[in-house]
Amino acid sequence: MTTLPTSTAKKLGLVIDLDTCVGCHACVISCKGWNTENYGAPLSDQDPYGENPTGTFLNRVHSYEIQPKEAPAQLIHFPKSCLHCEDAPCVTVCPTGASYKRVEDGIVLVNEQDCIGCGLCAWACPYGAREMDQEEKVMKKCTLCVDRIYNTNLPEEDREPACVRTCPAGARHFGDFADPESNVSILTAERGGMDLMPEMGTKPVNKYLPPRPKDRDRSEDVDILAPFLEPVATEATGFLGWLDKALESMPGSSKGGKN
Amino acid sequence: MHPAPSVILFSTLSGLGFGLLAFLGFGMPSPTGFMAFIWFAIAYLLAVGGLIASTFHLGHPERALKAFKQWRSSWLSREGICAVAALLVMALYGFGAVFLGANWTLIGVVGAVLSIGTVFTTSMIYTQIKTVPRWHNWTTPVMFLSICIGGGALLSGQVSLATPLLILAGVAQIAHWIFGDKALVNSGTTLATATGLGARGDVRAFEPPHTGTNYLLKEFVYVIARKHALKLRIIAIVLMVVLPVLLLITHSHILAAFAVLSHLVGVFAARWLFFAEAEHVVGLYYGKR
Repeated sequence: MTTLPTSTAKKLGLVIDLDTCVGCHACVISCKGWNTENYGAPLSDQDPYGENPTGTFLNRVHSYEIQPKEAPAQLIHFPKSCLHCEDAPCVTVCPTGASYKRVEDGIVLVNEQDCIGCGLCAWACPYGAREMDQEEKVMKKCTLCVDRIYNTNLPEEDREPACVRTCPAGARHFGDFADPESNVSILTAERGGMDLMPEMGTKPVNKYLPPRPKDRDRSEDVDILAPFLEPVATEATGFLGWLDKALESMPGSSKGGKN
Repeated sequence: MHPAPSVILFSTLSGLGFGLLAFLGFGMPSPTGFMAFIWFAIAYLLAVGGLIASTFHLGHPERALKAFKQWRSSWLSREGICAVAALLVMALYGFGAVFLGANWTLIGVVGAVLSIGTVFTTSMIYTQIKTVPRWHNWTTPVMFLSICIGGGALLSGQVSLATPLLILAGVAQIAHWIFGDKALVNSGTTLATATGLGARGDVRAFEPPHTGTNYLLKEFVYVIARKHALKLRIIAIVLMVVLPVLLLITHSHILAAFAVLSHLVGVFAARWLFFAEAEHVVGLYYGKR
């Protein structure tokens, strides 16, 4: 059924903290690992050890530079995966009903047995969250690790998406946005969590926390160790002294200090 | 967008095929017997040939029947249903014309409307895609429909109608280019809104997520040199409209065949550009727009 539910009981999703992400790509690898070994078709690679390796990934980390007018440039690492949009355009375009949004928790999934591999859902997604697997020829996307979060065979601390579980910086948070008291709702409210491309009208569930403002401009700071790096010897002696004088007397040497 | 030959062939051939079916349905011309067989064979070869070509880009064409299910939300599903309905109704009309020498007007008109409807649903598949601002405006269906009807008039030998309709199609195509060239900028989607970081300063893509390419870049970030695009636009419009209109003035049957051929090649070039020039907003994340 590719018509969207009018509302979902839960709104499971992620908060991604752009202030904290260090760009280590651990989430990319853990996602690829878990989703290759579990739900649905494995995430294939093409020519993985050859000249031009490519592959299917459900989570990719971009890096952007921000150049403010009056402050030093900032580097922002930017993980991007499916935002599990409330008004998901990828779902409604699907001709077969393979793409759907779950009524119970809002997760957007693909039923791979019904996917004809037309690619229209990937066209409709503004975020590049869907990738056609070149081996299985079906559409792959983030499942929010639906096979982890409800999996009672796993220890309780592992019942969250692989990317969240693995993030060493704590930059990814998983929770229910329908609950105003949840960790993700509180984080979003406190830190001004934002939507990507709000003008597309997709109403993404996942929120991005903007980088915190720098508390002060450090560009003019002098390192406290700098004085210790001053040259110690004022006058070279011995062989180096001779060499210095000999080089100084050669034509073409610039007038300048020693050393 | 990646210009997939199967999809371009589909929209070019089927567009012309359904255009011809529409004119046959409206009784322009209304042949019977063997002549009707020839007309319907040409129309079905184009329409069905195009539809078959379109399945080549599917990852799992063997599951194509499942695509008829979701007509409530999906234009692609609606297209499939409309195409099959048009082909069935026109087959009934064709049966009457070929074997019974009858022109069942009502069935013909229904078939004609469904044929044009099929091209409309095709155009809406692209028009609905908000992520490609060049497509997401009214010029897309107008361009598809006017080319379908102009091509149909040309192929069905409606000389007096074909000239103004082809000129109209040319105007619609040029309008699509003019609107399309400004569409991405007018959409307001930039790297700043894509990252949500625009209020902090100028955002620049610093490093992509991977050193190689990927599906997204291959499918959505096709870049065509601007100077070639302009040349191809001129070639497309000359072959699609100008040359056929000039050839029609001669009223020669052989030259009319060349006019159809020229029109077909012109539409093919225009449809190649339709995809090759289309900018998907996901390219912004890769600093490619």
